[in-house]
Amino acid sequence: MPTMTEFKPKIVAFCCNWCSYAGADLAGTNRLNYPADVKIIRVPCSCRVNPLFILRAFQRGADGVILCGCHPGDCHYTTGNYYARRRMTLLFSMLDYLGIEKERTRVEWVSAAEGAKFAATMNDFVATVAKLGENKRLEDLRCKQQ
Amino acid sequence: MQAAMISRAKELLQGGQVQRVLGWKAGEFAYDVTPAVFQSAEEVEAGFLYNDFCGANLSKYLIQESRKPGKVLVFLKPCDTYSFNQLVKEHRILRENIYAIGVPCEGKTDGERLKAAGLRGILALKAEGDRFLVETLYGPQELAKAQALPERCQNCKSKKHVAYDELMGEEGQVLESGRFDMVEKLEAMTPDERFRFWQGELSRCIRCNACRNVCPACSCEKCIFDNDASGVAQKAAANSFEESMFHIIRAFHVAGRCTDCGECSRVCPQQIPLHLLNRKFIKDIDTFYGDYQAGEDTESRAPLTNYTEGDVEPSIVYQRGGN
Amino acid sequence: MQKLALANLGRFFEAVAARQALYLPVEDAGGQASFQRWAPGAKLSGALNTTRSAKDFFFPQTEDLVNFKVRGKEIEIIDPRTEQEPFVVFGVRGCDARSFSILDKVFLADPVDTYYQSRREHGTIVSLACTRPEETCFCTSFGIDPTCPQGDVTAWMEGDALYFAANTPKGEALLAQTAELLEACGDEAVRAQQERVSAILEKLPLAGFSTQSFGGQVLIQVFESEKWAGLSQSCLGCGTCTFVCPTCQCYDIKDMDTGHGVQRFRCWDSCMYSDFTRMAHGNPRLTQKERFRQRFMHKLVYFPANNNGEYGCVGCGRCLAKCPISMNIVKVARALEGDCK
Repeated sequence: MPTMTEFKPKIVAFCCNWCSYAGADLAGTNRLNYPADVKIIRVPCSCRVNPLFILRAFQRGADGVILCGCHPGDCHYTTGNYYARRRMTLLFSMLDYLGIEKERTRVEWVSAAEGAKFAATMNDFVATVAKLGENKRLEDLRCKQQ
Repeated sequence: MQAAMISRAKELLQGGQVQRVLGWKAGEFAYDVTPAVFQSAEEVEAGFLYNDFCGANLSKYLIQESRKPGKVLVFLKPCDTYSFNQLVKEHRILRENIYAIGVPCEGKTDGERLKAAGLRGILALKAEGDRFLVETLYGPQELAKAQALPERCQNCKSKKHVAYDELMGEEGQVLESGRFDMVEKLEAMTPDERFRFWQGELSRCIRCNACRNVCPACSCEKCIFDNDASGVAQKAAANSFEESMFHIIRAFHVAGRCTDCGECSRVCPQQIPLHLLNRKFIKDIDTFYGDYQAGEDTESRAPLTNYTEGDVEPSIVYQRGGN
Repeated sequence: MQKLALANLGRFFEAVAARQALYLPVEDAGGQASFQRWAPGAKLSGALNTTRSAKDFFFPQTEDLVNFKVRGKEIEIIDPRTEQEPFVVFGVRGCDARSFSILDKVFLADPVDTYYQSRREHGTIVSLACTRPEETCFCTSFGIDPTCPQGDVTAWMEGDALYFAANTPKGEALLAQTAELLEACGDEAVRAQQERVSAILEKLPLAGFSTQSFGGQVLIQVFESEKWAGLSQSCLGCGTCTFVCPTCQCYDIKDMDTGHGVQRFRCWDSCMYSDFTRMAHGNPRLTQKERFRQRFMHKLVYFPANNNGEYGCVGCGRCLAKCPISMNIVKVARALEGDCK
């Protein structure tokens, strides 16, 4: 049992430069806590995230991948997150279809003013993935061994 | 039908309306038919074939053929016309250099299907009505055509030609098919069952790329999996991750553009039901964004290059019932 | 010659598997035969042949060659090989059994491929005579007798018994392991089967097929034939033919960056691919015509030119059955025969 509680999931968070990354920044300046195991990758727009990025994150050892972007309608490039929304919906549905735990992937819209939401989202996501345990179904053992 | 097609092809060649004919050519055995380009009336006369084994979708060859000098005549079965339209829409084939004749199709089979039905040592084969009379090394055999039909033809989505310059035979209808039944069955399983199912299927993959290379929607000049600079190039799947990655990404790259012609499953040497991946995307697109049939027309926007403000959120995947 | 009652086949497999890994053709989820490791309850497939050939046992599709572990400015070089364990492959057909000797000519020639060599040394082949050849078979064109295949042990299934004949010390050792299940017998039943099957072989549609006119002496004529363009025009450029082929032996060596080091591995390659033998300037074979030509030149011309006339084909018929567009070595050889003058 102790190993279960000690498991700290590795989380990759793709954050849009204009909203969610600023939201993360705000969470930081407001000294809101969220686990250090969340690694943020800044992208120009949520639409930049190709399904391959998600899979590659899992390959390289992520236990959960979350994509954060501007709220629909608020995209810096007007419509980028609308396309991202369709893509991720289909990709997550496909992963689920292949039997890969759907709770390991998530999309959340976080604006630059929502530092609290960013921290809460990350805390919730980390807790969810921690419950699932290590990513086994989309792992590449070659990248795991140390 | 074959005789009429040969005579029409010869007529068009001799009249100078077309310079080449893209069709099917007889092989060594009764069932091995090869797609071929015929340059003259004599060649058409000598080798052109249209029978129950002409399953190959000729649309993709037009990417090359329509760029050669002169006009090419192509014969398209109903499901080939969807791929044809999709390629026209994506500006991959030059429509003006093609003369397309729609031909009827009652379902196509192949040697693999005959073997799966239990036939061994096939020496000769004759189609009579709805049966194949087969002469084998081990005695004569009979097989109902329906028994040799691949899944894609059992669940034929349409007998209607959506693009042609000329039609031979009667026009058919878009059909109600059970093509999503197996997808639904998989959706109803638990994630563990689905995982085991797909591991069992995908682990047989030998990464021959036949599914990709035959696919009319896979028309990139250079595939991301062949591009060393992409960071995901792979020539062989080293483990189950790479197997899954190739098939997920390939299916995603053709999502919204796949017409469900079923060529991927036809050519798979390992009999992996690859169409079930594409159909999952088609079904999801239909459910989330409204019914869409790729290749039905040449104007509409593909679902993944389109949006509405009220689209469902990705969280629908978690809220969905079942498992 | 020794004989095993078929009723004891399960016990025989169990006895062999108790001492070493045993692989045999079983039916897979796709309904086709493939070699898999024996496990209790495994049922020998009745199919004539496996979809993948038996070359995997000695030349697997992917294989780690060396690992580099990077720590700061230090690089540690690690040989990932563990000690090769002995294994037995049961049910190899005559065509595949011959393919090993063709692969040997490539991998055991100087410089010896030690990865391959180690597997060869530790593998014992039990070949199984064919009783129901199919229309795609043409191994007899290469002098192979499918009624008496090569291998450490040759086996014949006839009536309610499996007959064995050991051909090598390795084979004798294997049969000695299961001596309590075997009994000495005469070869009448086997001879009768061979006669019966030979009669079928003569009736095969490809029985008269021959590649004898090909070889190094016709290199230029065949290479420059105008027929290649037509033969290759519908080739998809996939690797199906090369990957199901028991004698195709080209591979690529690649590096996998694991984030904490590099894993160098080799994997099967296909001359049909756009990046085969790619060099700084690109692929020397610019179009599918040249890539397609390479495969058949290799099998029908270059290989015999370098190997005393032996062709790089064993007539297993896999490419005839599996090519998505039904273009294969038989069609190619027949089309080009006229150019061999």
